[in-house]
Amino acid sequence: MPVSIDNSSLVYGALRDAGIRIMSALPETWLVHLIRMAEDDPEMTLVRLAKEEEGVGISAGAHFAGVKSAMLMQNHGFLAAINGIVSCGQLYRIPLLMLISQRGSFGEKDPWQCEGGGVTEHVLEALRIPFDRLESPEHVARRIAKAQTLAYSAGKPVALLLYRDLMWED
Amino acid sequence: MRRLEALEAIYPDLEQSVVVTIMGTVAAELQSIGHRPNFFYLMHAMGLASSVGLGIALARPLQRVVVLDGDGSVLMNLGGLTTLARYRPRNLVHLVFDNESLLSVGGFPTATSTGSDLAAIAKGAGVPRTATVRTIDDLKAAFADARRAKDLTTLVAKVDAVGPSSYITDLSLLENRYQFARYLKDHP
Repeated sequence: MPVSIDNSSLVYGALRDAGIRIMSALPETWLVHLIRMAEDDPEMTLVRLAKEEEGVGISAGAHFAGVKSAMLMQNHGFLAAINGIVSCGQLYRIPLLMLISQRGSFGEKDPWQCEGGGVTEHVLEALRIPFDRLESPEHVARRIAKAQTLAYSAGKPVALLLYRDLMWED
Repeated sequence: MRRLEALEAIYPDLEQSVVVTIMGTVAAELQSIGHRPNFFYLMHAMGLASSVGLGIALARPLQRVVVLDGDGSVLMNLGGLTTLARYRPRNLVHLVFDNESLLSVGGFPTATSTGSDLAAIAKGAGVPRTATVRTIDDLKAAFADARRAKDLTTLVAKVDAVGPSSYITDLSLLENRYQFARYLKDHP
């Protein structure tokens, strides 16, 4: 499976450096290494979800209890989690760090992934969720750290889109 | 059993716990008995109260957590029961008030009115301790048992579909949210 282990490590390391101790996730191909890294890390609590929206509640609870968390999901999972993001994350000003694999962009071979790719950034904009792209290894650490900083200073959900050029080695 | 009486019956335990409730009647009635800084009312995001409780319970394994849920909310996040069971926070009691209706939005019947059994669903999801109670005495006994067992418990309390005339209270959402977070900060 040509998912980049090196770049997954880079993303994981940046999340650890940001103080993340609880990570909620639903498996998706591009996230397999990240999820395994969380699983193998004794200092990380990995919460495997049934549906992504649960992760918003878990992150809110963890935040109230003073623990930093992040959500790992596919963009279709983000689309499935929107009410939770709006009615819990935004309504209650939760600093929610979301890492979203941007499936369905240029290079996508799976026909079923293609619809979500075209709407994800527009939905993020419509929801006024600050987001940035992770496309290249050199800016991963900085952008994750900056996203986390804004999430806390603004008290709101933020998103980082994991792009194909970062996650996949064709 | 009336929900208000049920809440009064367990209030002494709630005073000593970190409490997450759903919106609507549960939030309004608990506040009518007496708001405390350790109570958080999730006034929207239906279904996520148990997820918020799980997040707190995982982050604070020594803190006693109570989630006050409802049939309509649980039905919106049945998958959440499987996540709750999977991580089995032994410090969490999940109490579901089942009035078989969506009372605050017109009283339309939920699927529990036609036979869906939330305690059985929780048990099937893997929650180790489950029970359905119909009287105040049974609720008090089951709640005390759950505390003694120190294990994840889902209790379904069958209650009348009656509630207050208004769901708006004097406590603003963000005031509650920051007060609650500060309580947790001050009680590590």
